Amino acid sequence: MRHEASGRGDPIGLRHALADRLLIALIAAMALLAALTVGLHQGVARLADRWQEGANAAVVVQIPNPTQARMDAALEVLRGLPEIREAQVVDPLRMAELLRPWLGDVTGLPLPGVIELRLADLGTDPVLIGDRVAEAVPGAVTEAHGIFVGRLAALARAFSSTTLAVLALVGFISAAVVIIAVRAGIAARRDAVMVLHMLGATDRDIAGRFALRAAWLAALGGALGIAAALAVFWAAMLFARPFLPDLGWQVLPWPGLAAIPLLAMLIAWGAARASILVWLRRLP
Amino acid sequence: MARSCETHLMVRFGRVGLAYPTPQGSPGRPALHDVSFALGEGSFTWLLGPSGAGKSSILRLMHAALRPSSGVVSVLGTDIGQAERGALPALRRKIGVVHQEFRLLGHISAWDNVALPLRLAGRAEGAIRQDVDEILDWLGLREKSARPPAELSGGEQQRIAIARAIITRPALLIADEPTSELDVFEARRLIALFGEMNRLGTAIVVATHSEDLPARHPARIITLAEGRIIDAP
Repeated sequence: MRHEASGRGDPIGLRHALADRLLIALIAAMALLAALTVGLHQGVARLADRWQEGANAAVVVQIPNPTQARMDAALEVLRGLPEIREAQVVDPLRMAELLRPWLGDVTGLPLPGVIELRLADLGTDPVLIGDRVAEAVPGAVTEAHGIFVGRLAALARAFSSTTLAVLALVGFISAAVVIIAVRAGIAARRDAVMVLHMLGATDRDIAGRFALRAAWLAALGGALGIAAALAVFWAAMLFARPFLPDLGWQVLPWPGLAAIPLLAMLIAWGAARASILVWLRRLP
Repeated sequence: MARSCETHLMVRFGRVGLAYPTPQGSPGRPALHDVSFALGEGSFTWLLGPSGAGKSSILRLMHAALRPSSGVVSVLGTDIGQAERGALPALRRKIGVVHQEFRLLGHISAWDNVALPLRLAGRAEGAIRQDVDEILDWLGLREKSARPPAELSGGEQQRIAIARAIITRPALLIADEPTSELDVFEARRLIALFGEMNRLGTAIVVATHSEDLPARHPARIITLAEGRIIDAP
């Protein structure tokens, strides 16, 4: 039969009633926004972790009157502590270079010796380390100057949390778009819906047809949106590669990106079903 | 809960009143007043009366497309006024309906229109094909079954609507002005078809404003005027 296939699968005529191109395009735009937000979320979260690690690890021990004996004694104590992964004396010439912008030529100044530490355990209290060193080398001072970096990391984490709110907003707008499309579909196919209702179709059956169609269009839109996002990520990587040579596809949040079309499907399915069920409740 | 009624009666109206709600939701002008009658299994009934007499309202109540404002409407053992909403689709599937304006789906073929009630009932495609082909053969429309309704004549569309209404072999068939869009020849053919179905056991209720049709096919006549039964032997 010439029309049998469409009659079996689509008696309401939803292929023409639900504005497929417009809905796909809108969902694709939402998916693109969601993918970029997921990428931003992951990038900022990683940055926050890196900053936090730097803040925790950047501990410096200053040794006044840095004779070789005092420096060796301090290093011996520090390298014997299990909490410390690495202890390195900062080259006095490098110190002089670092201070030059503020103090000018520091060759004649009595600068302390500086030992830079990397902690094995980021939870270690730097004050305790300072106390141990000061026992062996009187006057030694420990300074954990990661407070500022820690605040930066906290700020980054807060920003990362707001991306979740943006994702929720994108989901809400997607649901609203689907509901508007379904209402337009009902208006366009009201007669067909009424005929199915008259012939004994259940609300679940009618709503299921709308929901499946909306979910299918949302999946297509979601996939297109992800494809567009990958193009954006690729372009961003090209720009960033000179500064971040290790940057590659492996850094992308693949599970999150893969979930976007599925979430778009679920949102569309739920929104369409709820919308048509509410409308059908008006009928006897 | 649906209340079980007398099983030997297909339809029972007991002092039924109906008022369509206004757009504001309040009850509007009454369309039916104190309507009472009963239809038995295998009966053939004409609902006769002018436009606005209440014929369509009675048919819509029979098909559970409306609930009564007062009184009792019992169809195939289900109290329409009291039945839960979820119980009504199953009841509607047991009733065949033919409308004056056919109400066929224009984007699918005539064949698919006829198959629709079976698909909604969850029948397997193999069983559907045989039943649909058989009924289209009986109605002389097999050759044109692949066409969309718009490519068929008014009489052919009406026969497709009838095929759709009876494909599930309903115990009750209701028809609202089924001949108003047909020429005299097609109208006579349609009434003969109803008579044949009635002989096969289907209870039939036909609403019409034409007195010619009951004259050609004598059966019980319920006459309505202004929402009241004025004659019901």
